[in-house]
Amino acid sequence: MADIWVYAEVKDKKLRHVTFEMVSAARALADAAGHDVVAILGETGVEDMQELAAYGADSIVVLADAVDPYETQAAAALLADLAFEHKPAIAMFSHSSFGMDVAPCMAQALGAVYVPEVVAVEAQRSAVVREAYSGKVLETVSVAEGSAPAIVTVRPKAIEAVAVREGASAPEISWAPAGSQAVRQIVKDVARKVSGRVDLTEADRVVAGGRGVGGAEGFKVIEELADVLGAAVGASRPVVDEGWLDIQYQIGQTGKAIAPELYIACGISGSIQHMAGAAASKCIVAINRDPEAEIFKVADYGIVADLFEAVPLLTEELKAALEA
Amino acid sequence: MKIVVCMKQSIDSEAVLAFDDAGNVAKEGQTLVIDPYSEFAVEKAVQLKESVGAEVVALCIGAADAVSAIRHALAMGADSAVFVEDAVLADGDPAAKAAALAEELRGMGADLIMGGCKSSDTAHAQVMPRIAGILGIPHVNTVVELDVEEGVAHAVREVDDGKVSIDVELPAVICAQQGLAEPRYPTVRDIMQSKRKPIETRPAAAVEASAAMQVLETNPKPKRAGGKIVEGETVSEAVANAVRMLKDEAKAF
Repeated sequence: MADIWVYAEVKDKKLRHVTFEMVSAARALADAAGHDVVAILGETGVEDMQELAAYGADSIVVLADAVDPYETQAAAALLADLAFEHKPAIAMFSHSSFGMDVAPCMAQALGAVYVPEVVAVEAQRSAVVREAYSGKVLETVSVAEGSAPAIVTVRPKAIEAVAVREGASAPEISWAPAGSQAVRQIVKDVARKVSGRVDLTEADRVVAGGRGVGGAEGFKVIEELADVLGAAVGASRPVVDEGWLDIQYQIGQTGKAIAPELYIACGISGSIQHMAGAAASKCIVAINRDPEAEIFKVADYGIVADLFEAVPLLTEELKAALEA
Repeated sequence: MKIVVCMKQSIDSEAVLAFDDAGNVAKEGQTLVIDPYSEFAVEKAVQLKESVGAEVVALCIGAADAVSAIRHALAMGADSAVFVEDAVLADGDPAAKAAALAEELRGMGADLIMGGCKSSDTAHAQVMPRIAGILGIPHVNTVVELDVEEGVAHAVREVDDGKVSIDVELPAVICAQQGLAEPRYPTVRDIMQSKRKPIETRPAAAVEASAAMQVLETNPKPKRAGGKIVEGETVSEAVANAVRMLKDEAKAF
């Protein structure tokens, strides 16, 4: 019997939802293979950590010296050392900017496989499923116990978080790993862009603009619609290439993968690369002037109109509908 | 300064995929291009060559037809190329590919090793950080800005909540993200000149890689059903109809 590690994704001392999704995925794999689920927190003082037990964590490890989420090379070295010592069967991270850098480094240090951006688990086969080829292909990859742990990252909102052990609690353990690794990356500056809005990857509602928005100014109507819905704001690639919004707002193969209940795409043509990040949305509403736009083939509800006419109307209608 | 850019050829993202008898994605008949993330890396390397001076070498593992992608990198401004011709390795495990590339790189004396942070087709997103690990040198992932001076690379990394500035000593590995540099379109003159640039072809060195990813199945992902256009005499009416459908049919709120 071995452990499945879930590295908790924390923001402002609270667990991000993807952590519960990962614990659920780990629980399913652990039940099938007879493993334990160990949640690992890179910092102390996380308020809601006992909630992890309700989702199936058998124990909760808190690292005594906080892991700086921007010091990815140091974090990977430290976690690789811990993995050498404790020999987990699987180590799971969120496919966040932290996870997508730490995971491959850790995998190389351990001589392990790294399966990126998992969207589902197949517990009976000890396997995980990932997307490739711009979201056109599903690849099922084994994470069965081997000589080295399998390192995986999990795409937020892809796997359902289920509280299978309501009211349970888990023992809290403190680990104090020795910091012996050479530091090769010197972090000079962190420029955080703090948005009052919900994070794109975790949002239940997303409103995004594309080339049709015409400029940074044009995002005012998108913002107003997002305000009414309590939605995150996103963009397609041309918006980022033109410099109207930063790359962290980009939805698509290069940017973020989203999976909201409602996605409203405004002035977005709907390229394959964009849909690679947006296809998991439950309901897609598309507004575009061009009736031939690709997005209309995949949207649940298409509105052929100028977005500057339709979006403010939609904002008013939705405001009224939500207040009703 | 010597910059080696690891590049790959990939199936164009726009392609409609076909599968072979073994259930794998078939490359035959597909439009093959230089991978867009490799292209960002090549462009930035050529820009550094133009601004601070550098020799730029493209390093590619690929099947015989990958020469066209290599020629593209040369037309963009790379000076020469090393082509490890190995179709099996090219489509194989990312850890094995990283091991083979690292082995080539050991003898090349690169100050800066660049490549895509992932590829647009297989999207394994790990070859470049693995190379850094094998060679025991620093790397920076998802880089959107890069300057080099006096043996140090100043990189800006894109993160979920902003940007992080990271300095690393050379030699170092830089993993290019979209935004690092806008790839140029080579002119006819560039393309003509690229034909005279040397491509050294060699077999892959025999290296031992760590555990290989065991793919159990590959399947096409089911397409989204959609395509309903909400009608209305006016835009206002169409919007009102859409909101009603969202509420009553889709139960979106």
